[in-house]
Amino acid sequence: MQAPSTTFPQRVSVAIHDKRLQAALDHASGGFVRKRAALVAAQPEFEALRERARSIKDHVLANLDGYLERYEAQVVRQGGHVHWASTAEEARDIILAICRDAKAKTITKGKSMVSEEIGINDALEAAGYEVIETDLGEYIIQLAKEPPSHIIVPAVHKTREQVGDLFDEHHRPLGYTKHLTEVSEMVNEARQVLRGHYFRADVGITGGNFLIAETGSSLIVTNEGNGDLTQTLARVHIVTSGIERVVPTLDDAVTFLRLLARSATGQETETYTTLSTGPRRTDDLDGPQEYHVVLVDNGRSKMLGGPFREMLRCIRCGACLNHCPVYTSIGGHAYGWVYPGPMGSVLTPLINGIDKAYDLPNACTLNGRCQTVCPVKIPLPGLLRELRRQQFESGLTPLPIRLALQAWAALAQRAGLYHLAMRIGIPLLSRLGRRRGVLSWLPLATGWTDTRDLPAPQGQTFQQAWSARKGARP
Amino acid sequence: MSLTLAAGRARVLADIRQSLDRIGPSHEAIVPLPGTGPRPAFDGDVVERFVAKMLEKSATLVRIASLADVGAEVARFVATVKASQRLCVSKALAAIDWPAGFEVEHRAARREDETSVTPCFAAVAESGGIVTLSGPDTPSTLNFVPDNHIVIVHAAQVVRDFEDVWTQWRASGRPMPRTVNIISGPSRTADIEMTIQLGAHGPRRLHILLVAA
Repeated sequence: MQAPSTTFPQRVSVAIHDKRLQAALDHASGGFVRKRAALVAAQPEFEALRERARSIKDHVLANLDGYLERYEAQVVRQGGHVHWASTAEEARDIILAICRDAKAKTITKGKSMVSEEIGINDALEAAGYEVIETDLGEYIIQLAKEPPSHIIVPAVHKTREQVGDLFDEHHRPLGYTKHLTEVSEMVNEARQVLRGHYFRADVGITGGNFLIAETGSSLIVTNEGNGDLTQTLARVHIVTSGIERVVPTLDDAVTFLRLLARSATGQETETYTTLSTGPRRTDDLDGPQEYHVVLVDNGRSKMLGGPFREMLRCIRCGACLNHCPVYTSIGGHAYGWVYPGPMGSVLTPLINGIDKAYDLPNACTLNGRCQTVCPVKIPLPGLLRELRRQQFESGLTPLPIRLALQAWAALAQRAGLYHLAMRIGIPLLSRLGRRRGVLSWLPLATGWTDTRDLPAPQGQTFQQAWSARKGARP
Repeated sequence: MSLTLAAGRARVLADIRQSLDRIGPSHEAIVPLPGTGPRPAFDGDVVERFVAKMLEKSATLVRIASLADVGAEVARFVATVKASQRLCVSKALAAIDWPAGFEVEHRAARREDETSVTPCFAAVAESGGIVTLSGPDTPSTLNFVPDNHIVIVHAAQVVRDFEDVWTQWRASGRPMPRTVNIISGPSRTADIEMTIQLGAHGPRRLHILLVAA
């Protein structure tokens, strides 16, 4: 799947002028931020949990090969299969082969960001399979033929009117003729339609929030119960998961569960937490006959070796999106690929190539809220800065910006020259902006002043103000 | 197929090892991370906390004196929600006396089932949760397919937190089942306009019968 992350500026300007999107974003992120804050305040152990979660992830990453082998051995012992995919294409081929061997026709899916990352839906549909997303939000955007705009609430940008219209179009042929206006009616109708699919499906594909080495289990959390119906009623259960999702023990998984729901949706816990281990046992009355785990690398092993290793701690909670002033202004589609917001601005260039998503690491104010709320303490602003540095080094940064940065570096590294420039420049700018207190036009800086005012300096350089202040004190 | 599979495995592991600055597998055993994760502290009785947390999460709950009261309470519940008198019941509860007129079957759930009754392995006070293990007598479809899921929880089954559940499972000597479910309320969604709606795909109602110690 190729990333259209190159058209970022155009997408941003569409998003900013979309009033419905703006209202939806305000509503969603406001709620998530408030609920999370209340729960974090009510849990004195929250900081200690974050610290422990970070240590567990760092420990696993330093021993990733060993833990994956240990996990694999347990899955096999329980009668499951583990497949290893270096690339998205290999992952797609593995899943296509499993579906072919199972003589599948219909495939249901629980929500999984890795499956979005590898573009499995398009591949399965191209091969003639019927693919049905079962998470209500994913189902809605599948009907709308759109990518998710948020990693937790993928249809956050859709209003109930839009959902009502989509259901009219897609459910009418199934005999549902009433036009729906209430959310409760829509949830109910989707429930009825999807019930039929769960029972018909040959293969169920889910993600894996955590893979537990101790027991060979994959763990998912959902509020709807769709993942459970998907993986229990189909003949074959396929789990797609990144290689970094393994944790050593059941107890370690609990540490992450205490952080995940609070950080993601501001819930103490999601409604359903489910561990799947192997296929149904000989005497079981239900459950899948086959259990497959597809471990996806797709750039992760490379991240492990460089300055971006810490990104592999990410548990995909979405807190960085909800707290990001850029994400909450433009929504997920502007980012152009499956991972939006701060985590997406780091992951997209690392997975698809830093030349494919120039704007993403730059669309950040470095305010640091994402790092403050990250449950596994990923230094997101630092990683974004590192990406900018690499862009500069590999010549991707546009020439005017390169020249300006080089000029600034030359000035900033020569103290005498810098002070001289400031002693001339600051009073000048101050006089220019005296009347309004702001500057609305500056030569060579129209890129800035075209869309906002520059506050005028107060008249003294920092050095002058500092000396005066020191002089005034005893 | 198997050749490509083996190649994929070797390649991913080799790429990981290269990034970890190692050639070939590490022959030293992994030294486990010392210490344990923090276990949130709370005061008060675990059973009362479990009750409060489950009610917070939109479950309903009735306290009964013994298993002898299950039949009458289930009858009262299905009458209240206007469900039929056909029940899909876990075989582990086969000994229960059902009121006259009830049809009871022990099997996996089917689409037409309205109400299921199941036991649980443990219940958790910390954030409210019911833990079930799948098995021949406890198919996990009972937890998800019917509109109404009735769970019998013995007060003595309530533990403080999830670590206690795992400790209990390890001590039981039971093998890991295909499915472990931790259930914290009826199914819900907020995917349309962030409006919380119960009964998305799983049960619309989770009803707990809490049997006194």
